[in-house]
Amino acid sequence: MAEPKKNLFQKVWDAHRVSELASGQTQLLIGTHLIHEVTSPQAFAMLSELKLPVRFPKRTFATVDHIIPTDDQSRPLKDDLAEAMMSELEQNCREHDIQFFGPESGAQGIVHVIGPELGLTQPGMTIACGDSHTSTHGAFGAIAFGIGTSQVRDLLATQCLAISPLKVRRIEVTGELAPGVFAKDVILAIIRKLGVNGGVGYAYEYAGPVLDAMSMEERMTVCNMSIEGGARCGYVNPDAETIEYLRGRRYTPDNSEFETKAAAWLALASDDGASYDDVVEIDGSAIEPSITWGIHPGHNIGISESIPTPHDTPDEERAGVEEALEYMDFVAGASIAGTPIDVAFIGSCTNGRISDLREAAKVAATGHVKAGVRALVVPGSADVRKQAEAEGLDEVFRKAGFDWREPGCSMCLAMNPDKLRGREVCASSSNRNFKGRQGSPSGRTLLMSPAMVAAAAIAGEVVDIRKSH
Amino acid sequence: MSNTNDELIRIDSVEGTGCVVRGDDVDTDRIIPARFMKVVTFDDMGRHAFEDARKAAKGKHPLDDERFSDAAILVVGQNFGCGSSREHAPQALMRFGFKAFVGGSFAEIFAGNCTSLGLPCVTLGDSDLAKLMGTVELDPAGKIEIDIRTRRLTCRAGEMSVGIPDGVRHQLLEGDWDATRVLMAAGDRIEKTAAALPYSPTA
Repeated sequence: MAEPKKNLFQKVWDAHRVSELASGQTQLLIGTHLIHEVTSPQAFAMLSELKLPVRFPKRTFATVDHIIPTDDQSRPLKDDLAEAMMSELEQNCREHDIQFFGPESGAQGIVHVIGPELGLTQPGMTIACGDSHTSTHGAFGAIAFGIGTSQVRDLLATQCLAISPLKVRRIEVTGELAPGVFAKDVILAIIRKLGVNGGVGYAYEYAGPVLDAMSMEERMTVCNMSIEGGARCGYVNPDAETIEYLRGRRYTPDNSEFETKAAAWLALASDDGASYDDVVEIDGSAIEPSITWGIHPGHNIGISESIPTPHDTPDEERAGVEEALEYMDFVAGASIAGTPIDVAFIGSCTNGRISDLREAAKVAATGHVKAGVRALVVPGSADVRKQAEAEGLDEVFRKAGFDWREPGCSMCLAMNPDKLRGREVCASSSNRNFKGRQGSPSGRTLLMSPAMVAAAAIAGEVVDIRKSH
Repeated sequence: MSNTNDELIRIDSVEGTGCVVRGDDVDTDRIIPARFMKVVTFDDMGRHAFEDARKAAKGKHPLDDERFSDAAILVVGQNFGCGSSREHAPQALMRFGFKAFVGGSFAEIFAGNCTSLGLPCVTLGDSDLAKLMGTVELDPAGKIEIDIRTRRLTCRAGEMSVGIPDGVRHQLLEGDWDATRVLMAAGDRIEKTAAALPYSPTA
């Protein structure tokens, strides 16, 4: 009898199933556990209260990203609270024999940037991290979950999660992206179409010609924001692009062993004729450069559209639109292009990789940051920073009036000193435009692609990259 | 709260008065702004629950309304707890005094974190949710009872049926919500599954 057709999610799930629990949930083994300083210290404390060891220290990897300053990383960190968190992580890693990629390792960076960079992220793995953007690793055909701190404890103690299987929705992006349209615009368009909670209960399989044509870094941008659409994880089937990215990385095998692996990785892709719980098609050719106008990532429009009016909004969304317009102090029906900005932020686990910096630098090379605008570029990792400097991108940014920083999460969530002040408006390549997200309780965030952020920094206002460049 | 080493804590019902935070898509940055997470324990989280929203409301936020000060049940809208996976959010609400959440729907990671802490998240259809919100706002001293076993919620507005996934319901009723103990029971099947994986993370 022929093997039943399976999608990648089902294949990976089955390979990691330890048992079925009495609750009906699955006890799922997590192959690789990534930890950072914000969501792990309490988990280690719980573990020590239970007098349990870390069960698989060699499957656990740590870095520091959320609280680390991007101007001066010398120790002790100037902020005592940040220093305490970093020391605690170092101590926990030493005590439990966990590999820590701190600044001295030369491999420090945002956890979702360094995992792939080091080759720790591979097709067919299950990965978890106490961070909702863990979905990023799905770009490689891994199933990657963001988890809470109690689950970090569960993982440290057992390397397992108690979890119910997800439904799988295949999202096919057809056609071809127009010039000036990037992976960021694709995921914003998907979230706009399916809603910020449309993905609850689902894993998203991103597919179609647009995804096929994307680089691994672009696929990471798409998978990264799965959670902003409510989906706990998202993935792309591995292909030749995936294999070439992984070749020669620190944690991938060499030579003939690599070729064997590569064949096995390709075989993990969803079978032709595999079934899905839902299939959605999106016309990629119709996607414009996109930008948020409100207080969640679903509040986004194409740059040529106008800001929605409550009057034309469906009943169930009207109160949310009104609340967003009031918070943003934007006029319903107005154009989003021309909105003045105070700050420009290029970086984050969504858009802090080398290809993002290259696109932004192309734009930065054409002008200078508008007087009165603060602009910063924060590479996603030490490796990205090094590569950018080797290509001279740091000079391009500096010359154009951008600050060139050390790697970290920075102003995406502002747990370090990089923050908005007061009612500032920030053009940001990050992932969340929630109220107060960027460190000022009344600060305002406009999400867009890194190239659009660079263009806004130069113009001092939101512009259409297709017209300005 | 932890269940792992001690006697099982079975949660079959939650009783108390309610408090309503209206609005959909209330994200975890709003529940606990990131700057308060710069600590290595959850001890202080309760003080900062909804801090920025409360400041902006200048004392008019439901969490600052004396009539709701003893509330054990937080009533919310759609997609509550979206965004960041930070367990600091349910920790903050638990330490503020909430023992259960009733809403239109919950973001998945938030709901999972609540389960890990033994805090039920149950859902209501639109018209029942509107009724419950109205009742709580009119009569803050009115008791609400959520029965996990029968999936019923009782309040002054009447009896309603609530949604809770089978697996979560089982975890709460059996005291399996603190998963470490349950997962440990698999013993060396964990090592066997790990050994059979087609990959190992060492270079």
